[in-house]
Amino acid sequence: MTEPETTEQQDPELYELRLYVAGNTPKSLTALSNLKRHCQEHLNGNYTIDVIDLLVQPQLAEDDQILAIPTLVKKVPEPIRKIIGDLSNEEKVLVGLNIRPAKK
Amino acid sequence: MLPKIPTGINGLDEITGGGLPQGRPTLVCGSAGSGKTLFSTEFIVRGALQFGEPGVFMSFEEKAEELTLNVASLGFDLAQLQADKLIRLDYVRIDRQEIEETGEYDLDGLFVRLGYAIDSIGAKRVVLDTIENLFGGLNNEGILRAEIRRLFGWLKEKGVTTIITGEKGDGTLTRHGLEEYVSDCVILLDHRVISQISTRLLRVVKYRGSMHGTNEYPFLIDEDGISVLPVTSLTLDSPVSSDRLSSGITALDKMLDGKGFFRGSSILVSGTAGTGKTSVAASFANETCLRGQRCIFFAFEESPQQICRNMHSIGMGLQAHIDAGLLQFNAVRPTINGLEMHLVTIHKAVKRFRPSVVILDPITNLTTVGAMSEVKSMLIRLIDFLQTEQITVMFTALSLNTVVHEQTDEGVSSLVDVWLSIKDIEFNGERNRGLYVMKSRGMRHSNQVREFVITENGLDLLDVYLGEEGVLTGSAREARQLREQTGLVLRDHAVSRKDREIERKRAVLEAKVVSLRQEFESVQEELNRNYVEEELRNDVMEQNRARMTQIRHNDDETQTGPKQ
Repeated sequence: MTEPETTEQQDPELYELRLYVAGNTPKSLTALSNLKRHCQEHLNGNYTIDVIDLLVQPQLAEDDQILAIPTLVKKVPEPIRKIIGDLSNEEKVLVGLNIRPAKK
Repeated sequence: MLPKIPTGINGLDEITGGGLPQGRPTLVCGSAGSGKTLFSTEFIVRGALQFGEPGVFMSFEEKAEELTLNVASLGFDLAQLQADKLIRLDYVRIDRQEIEETGEYDLDGLFVRLGYAIDSIGAKRVVLDTIENLFGGLNNEGILRAEIRRLFGWLKEKGVTTIITGEKGDGTLTRHGLEEYVSDCVILLDHRVISQISTRLLRVVKYRGSMHGTNEYPFLIDEDGISVLPVTSLTLDSPVSSDRLSSGITALDKMLDGKGFFRGSSILVSGTAGTGKTSVAASFANETCLRGQRCIFFAFEESPQQICRNMHSIGMGLQAHIDAGLLQFNAVRPTINGLEMHLVTIHKAVKRFRPSVVILDPITNLTTVGAMSEVKSMLIRLIDFLQTEQITVMFTALSLNTVVHEQTDEGVSSLVDVWLSIKDIEFNGERNRGLYVMKSRGMRHSNQVREFVITENGLDLLDVYLGEEGVLTGSAREARQLREQTGLVLRDHAVSRKDREIERKRAVLEAKVVSLRQEFESVQEELNRNYVEEELRNDVMEQNRARMTQIRHNDDETQTGPKQ
C-alpha cells in the first residue's frame, strides 16, 4: 500500500510522511487527498507518503502509538509530529509539519 | 442470574457476591493514590494466574516498564506473564506537544490496537487505565465522548470483562463523567485521613442486576495486593465448642471449673498498670504453643524481643516457640493506621497463620486511634470473626483506677465470655495482686479472690488468707501464717511443760504415798508392840497370880480346912 511519489531530489530536506488509516473510510480518503494537495503545493516533491492500513497491519498501531484515525506522522525531519484528522485545515497541517510557507 | 467472574481480590468477591459482571465494563474510580491501578493490575494478574483468563492492560498513564516495576513489589512478575502470553501490556502515549488536530477523526486506531492485543492472547479481561487521559491529549471532546461510548459498546460485544479506571472529579465520580457510559458496575475507592491516620475504603456504588454490599469496606494494600474486609456479615450463629483449653496457670484452670476456657471463646483480662496482664496473656500463649497449637500475639505496646525477655524472667521460653513456627508476634504501634486497618491486618494475619489462639495486648491502646465506641465496634467484629473461625481470643485491657471504669472496660466486658479482673490490693504498705473471675459463661467458676503471684517459675494463684482481720495478702498473709506457726510451737511447748509438771507431781505424790506407808507401818509396828507387851504382861501376871494362888492355896488348905 505504499506509493512513493518522489520526484526531484535537489532539496536535502526529504519529508517522510506516513498516513495511518483503517480501511477505506471517507475520512481516510479525504485525508489522503488533502495531504497530497498540501505536499504538492508546498514541498516541491521532496517527500514520500506511506499509507498504512491498520486493518492490514494492526501491530503497527502499537509500535507507532496510533490512537486516532486518520493520523499523519512525520518521522523525518525531526522532531516527530502527528497530525490527526482529515487534514482539512491547511494552516494547521503546515504548522504541524513545520513547513514554513514555501517562499521562493 | 447475572453471570459474574471472580476478581481473585481478597474479600471483593464476597462483597459483590461473586465478582464483576462478566463481559461488561466496570468503572473503578477514586482520587489520586487510591489504588485504582493496583486494583486493576491485580484483576488482570489474578485472572491470568488463578482463573486462566488472559488479560490486556492498556495503560494511558504509566509505561509498561514502570508498571512492571511498580507491581513487582507485590510479587507480580508482569514481564514473565507477558512472555507466557498470559497478559499483554500496552502503553498508550499521548503527547499533546506532538499532536495537531485538523478536522474530523475517530479512535479507530485505539480500537485496532486493543482488538489486536485481545486477539493475540485470547484475552478475556481488559483494563483501561485511565482512559480519561485521552481528554488531556485530544481537544475535540465531542468526538472523544462519542468514541468512548462506542468503545464500551464494542468491548461488550467482544465479550471481555473490562475495568475502566477514572480519577474522581469535583462532585462527580469521574472528571469527565465516564459513569454516564458505564452503567453496570461502579466501584469507588477512597483514601481518607482522619486525625492523621489514613484508611483506605472501598464501596460498590452500583451493581446493576445484582445484590451487593453497600457499606464502605476498609481495604489494605500490602505485599499480597489488595484485601478487602467484609465487615458486616454479623449474624449470631457461629459454631460453639465444648472443648476446653488450659490457661497455662493450673490454679486458674481450677477456678474455671477445673478445665480452663472453652475453645472459641473470648477472654478479657483487665487490670490496672503493672498487674501482670501481659504475663497472663503470655502464659496462655505459652501453654497453647506447648500443646503444639499456633498462636498469634498482637502487641500494641511492647516489641516481641521485649516480651520474650520479660517472659523469660518468669520461666517462659517464648523464643523457642517463635523458632518452632508456633508463635507469631505482630507488634505495631496502634497509631500506624486506623482501627479498620488494624482489623484488616488482624483478619489477614489470622487467615494466613491459622492460629488457634489470638492475643491482643492491650486493646486499650487502640483508643489512641479511635473513640471508645469505634474500638468497641471493631472488637465486636473481630470477636465475631474469630468465633466463626473457632479461634480463642484473649484481650488485655488496662483499667484506670476509677470506679466508673470498672464495669466498662471498653464496653467489651459484655461481649466476652470470660472476664478475669486483676486488682491491686493495697494494704499494710504494699501492693499485691488479687485475681477474680468476674464472669465465665457456661461453667461453674470460683467466686473467690485469689492472690496472683508472679514467680520465676511462672504464674500462680494462692488462696488468700481469711482471718478475723479479713482478707490478707502478700507479706501480711505470710506474717499471719508465721504468727500461726509461732503459736503452734508455743502451744506445743506449753503442752509438754504441763506434761512434765504432771509427771513431777505424780512423782512427788507417789513419794508421799511411800513415806506415808512407811509411817503407817511404823505406827502399826508400834501399836503391835504395845499389844504384844500387854499380852506378855498379862500372861506373866496370870502366871504370877496362878503361882501366887497356888502358893496361897497351900497355906489355906492347912488352916481353913479344919476351921469348918
